[in-house]
Amino acid sequence: MSREVVIIGAGMHPWGKWGHNFVEYGVAAAREALADAGISWREVSFVSGGATVRCGYPGYVAGATFAQALGWQGTEVNTSYAACASGSQALAAARNKIMAGDCEVALVVGADTTPKGFLAPAGGYRPEDPDWVRFYLGITNPTYFALYARRRMDLYGDTLDDFAAVKVKNSLVGSKNPRARYRKCFTAEDVAASAMVADPLRLMDICATSDGGAALIVCSLDYARRIGKGDAPRIAAISTVTPSFASAVVEMPDIATDSAAAAGIEAQSFRASLPVKAYEEAGIGPEDVDLAEVYDLSTALELDWIEDLQLTPRGEAAQWLRRGDTALGGRIPVNVSGGLACFGEAVPAQALAQVCELTWQLRGQSGDRQVEGARVGITANQGLFGHGSSVIIKR
Amino acid sequence: MSNKPLAPAIEGWFTMDEQPQLIGSQCCHCETYFFPAQNRYCRNPDCDSTEFREALLSRTGRLWSYTNACYKPPAPFVAAEPFVPYTIAAVELEHEQMTILGQVITGVDVSDLKVGMDMELVLETLHETEEDIKVTWKWRPMAAAITGGNAQ
Repeated sequence: MSREVVIIGAGMHPWGKWGHNFVEYGVAAAREALADAGISWREVSFVSGGATVRCGYPGYVAGATFAQALGWQGTEVNTSYAACASGSQALAAARNKIMAGDCEVALVVGADTTPKGFLAPAGGYRPEDPDWVRFYLGITNPTYFALYARRRMDLYGDTLDDFAAVKVKNSLVGSKNPRARYRKCFTAEDVAASAMVADPLRLMDICATSDGGAALIVCSLDYARRIGKGDAPRIAAISTVTPSFASAVVEMPDIATDSAAAAGIEAQSFRASLPVKAYEEAGIGPEDVDLAEVYDLSTALELDWIEDLQLTPRGEAAQWLRRGDTALGGRIPVNVSGGLACFGEAVPAQALAQVCELTWQLRGQSGDRQVEGARVGITANQGLFGHGSSVIIKR
Repeated sequence: MSNKPLAPAIEGWFTMDEQPQLIGSQCCHCETYFFPAQNRYCRNPDCDSTEFREALLSRTGRLWSYTNACYKPPAPFVAAEPFVPYTIAAVELEHEQMTILGQVITGVDVSDLKVGMDMELVLETLHETEEDIKVTWKWRPMAAAITGGNAQ
């Protein structure tokens, strides 16, 4: 690694269903991150935006949009689209630019305003579009999460009570997070009373979609030292690997997996492959991790991620949960931000929100959500079309 | 049931036989299977073949996982009124080394299923139009105790 890249500023617009233009959230997050870093907007020479794609229009959330809103000042600009990993790809672009010596200070920003109602495919008869096919056959997003959850139940003995316990755990910490959208302390009874959506998952097991914005100010270690922030958290690794053939877990929006029938080809798990590159790049192992922010699109999926990150042996995450080992104060606290359970998903901002949380935790600024002595944090997320990411931050 | 003719919900994706099969494709070089059929390029990273043959996939497999749909999906799904929840399965085909989703036949509930069960492919109504009855592939548990509904 030629140059180390550090995070000197983090900011977020609170998650919610505010109904404003996404640019407003991004600007608010960017201004908070700049203030946190103690630098002016004019110091930034590269703006890297996380984008989303809606109705075929990829320009909806772009780096240039934020650069204009903050006031054109001749920065270079980048826009990254990688579904749920858009923020991590935008962060990687900024990091690479700094590591190449082409930039000292960059703003990375993602924000989203989620549309109302179902996200449904265009009409007509379009069997060439896998998204159209699966909806026509009655397979929605919760179907996939529920298939993974049920498999855990039948293979590892996880129960509905375990899934509810993830929600209860995350809502307890989320209730203390002013940036979270849902701040009620839900009980196991609340979860059990919510409607079954896709057996075994109930409404409260599945994350919502939200409005929100997140931003980071990243810079070279030299620059950080010059402004007295040489001890700022460092980006130790960013993994944005694609799946490896043959991807053996059926993924949204597909109707089938890859075939592993060819000679020399083995079944692979995309989720499990994401952190492997991150651990290698950071030169650490799962035993070094103090906390993790993972993409709990469903409560049960949090348990899958814990195992995919190798924080527990495969099939044992629910046992750790039952012992309190994944809660604040436990052996490896997971989603002490409250996770998607308390935030809801704001796609191009979410991967950055995970890194914001780690930044504050590693600085020891998280108040009654603080993981004592946190020095190494890891994130993980996965989205559509073979996109995913895992980021490691070290102090 | 009406007397309308049966028609495949998706043209060319499965045979309309008594013992229906999904119509996939297979790479002539590396033997990778594809469903839906893929005939232009091979997605095996070690293979650059452009030659494919039609492949009728195995009719039976093992249950990888299962769930249901308690709420009516948005269009293009065509729901009966009132909406009736249905079960969904992911089934692993041993020979093809792949997993395929589909609804489970009417009358089989998630409580009837267990990961690892033997399942077979059948045809059943997806919805009706003015002209015909659109049928699709569905999975049926092979255990004799579970009979399910109106498989064609």
